[in-house]
Amino acid sequence: MATRSYMSRREVEQQNFSLPVALFVPLAALLLQMLLPRLSPRFAILDLPLIITLFFAISRRAPIAGTLTGATIGLLQDALSSTPIGVNGMAKSLIGYTAASLGSRIDVDNTATRTLLTFGFTLLQSVLIYLIERRLLGLSDFHMLWLHELLRAVVNTVVALPIYLSLNRTRKQL
Amino acid sequence: MDFLLRFRNALFLIAILLAQALALAVQVRKPVDATRQDSGSVRLIRMWTTGVIAPFERGAHAIGWGLRHGWSNYIDLRHVRQQNADLQQQITRMRMQEAAISEDALEGRRLQALLAFKEKYVASTVAAQVIGSSGSDLSHVLTIDKGSRSGIKVDQAVITPDGIVGKVRDVFPDTAEVLEINDQTSGAGVVLANTRIRAILRGTAAGRAQIGNLTADSRIKVGEPVVTSGGDQVYPRGLAVGTVESIAPDPDRQPYTAIVVHPAVDLNRVEEVLVITGMQPDLPADAQQDLAAAQSQHAADMSAERLPGLHDIDPQAANGANATPKPPTVPGAVPVLAIPHPTPVLHTDRYTVGATPPASQLTPGAPVVPQAPPAGAEQQPLHRANPMKDSAQPDATQ
Repeated sequence: MATRSYMSRREVEQQNFSLPVALFVPLAALLLQMLLPRLSPRFAILDLPLIITLFFAISRRAPIAGTLTGATIGLLQDALSSTPIGVNGMAKSLIGYTAASLGSRIDVDNTATRTLLTFGFTLLQSVLIYLIERRLLGLSDFHMLWLHELLRAVVNTVVALPIYLSLNRTRKQL
Repeated sequence: MDFLLRFRNALFLIAILLAQALALAVQVRKPVDATRQDSGSVRLIRMWTTGVIAPFERGAHAIGWGLRHGWSNYIDLRHVRQQNADLQQQITRMRMQEAAISEDALEGRRLQALLAFKEKYVASTVAAQVIGSSGSDLSHVLTIDKGSRSGIKVDQAVITPDGIVGKVRDVFPDTAEVLEINDQTSGAGVVLANTRIRAILRGTAAGRAQIGNLTADSRIKVGEPVVTSGGDQVYPRGLAVGTVESIAPDPDRQPYTAIVVHPAVDLNRVEEVLVITGMQPDLPADAQQDLAAAQSQHAADMSAERLPGLHDIDPQAANGANATPKPPTVPGAVPVLAIPHPTPVLHTDRYTVGATPPASQLTPGAPVVPQAPPAGAEQQPLHRANPMKDSAQPDATQ
């Protein structure tokens, strides 16, 4: 007798990645993020770790996995910069969770949806970092240039789309 | 149990956020001091992360360095000889300038000794290459390829020949992190060079270096050099920081003024740095030798100026024209740029150079009539005609 299993839509569309991809793509993003500004300081406007966090969170459609991915990448980013460890970690954990939750509800394979999501989450990250630094840590000297953050969101959205397309090839359909 | 299963995602997120909030609370205690050193566990996390990333950074840096400098270091060497000659001339000029200011330096040191002033000089440095950055415009941190094994410690100053870069923030066995002066958590004690006003230089959100603890002062002008004050116990006194780029009222902190300083070092393109690993109360031995040589050179030049008969006279200099330095004819020879010339006299007589006509024009038995003095002799200041008075001053200072 044939056995039948019942899977939700989220489980059907859930995508998985091989271990090397799941490990080395975030590491490569972190490394590039550190090296590119050495070529030109303008590259510091990019946030490749955020783009990778969003990609994995949206593709996996699993909030716990999204949270973990965001937390890990964010904490590594903190450890490599002068910010206290946890600032980027908390921001990216929230973003990973929210992106994965949205991914299980809406069609995130659409390019327009991805564009909007990337733009919105980049801005959200700026707001979260500002709140963490100013409110949670009480650093009254911390400032953020909001026009620059808007520009950052636009640039990261433009850069994210080809990255998503190339990383789509690395996923394994369940 | 159903509650836990139903809300497991949200509960997991809350747990992760809480853990990180606790970690932040441990790191940043009240009162908030962004420049405080990390605790042991945080330092360990940073060390592990840097340990994983640093080998890749080194590899990428080595490849990039080879590509960028391979051509210029090994192939494009056409103008090296000319550059070498130019640099030799530049060194000679700088030694002459150094000799000229050596007396002022000596006088300053004597005054410092009278006041029991404790000066500190750079005793030892470690050269390092920048292999990475923090990768964010909210954080200005550089990674260098030398660490505790090379004698680098936390809070040591990092400089280039152009000026200061920052200070060592974290040290690992083979790498170290340098906090640049334009980072928001950075601070340095500085002095405005012309007005001698002391201030604190801090980084801003836009990645600029800014003085924000001064009220409006009309004496401070754009372009004024800014140097380190030495008061922060990190940077030695007198190192170049930059120049005043703009002065404007600080909208956030009235009545203070926001003085933006343009760094002397291009902080975005730093490739090689020097970490100051040691200080000492006296000048280093080689610097003392240089100073002594400059002093003796300066004394010789002063004597040469006042003893015109000891040297060949350049005809152009004798005619009052500006003497131009001749390039060395022998490769490697140090050119003599300051050609001594006789001090012009106020009253000519028959012994004055150029006053006597050539022998071919003289008539035996006829009286000698002195010719007109060389042009420009009357325009010289009076004190130039009295070398004994002038020569007494440098002797007294030595």
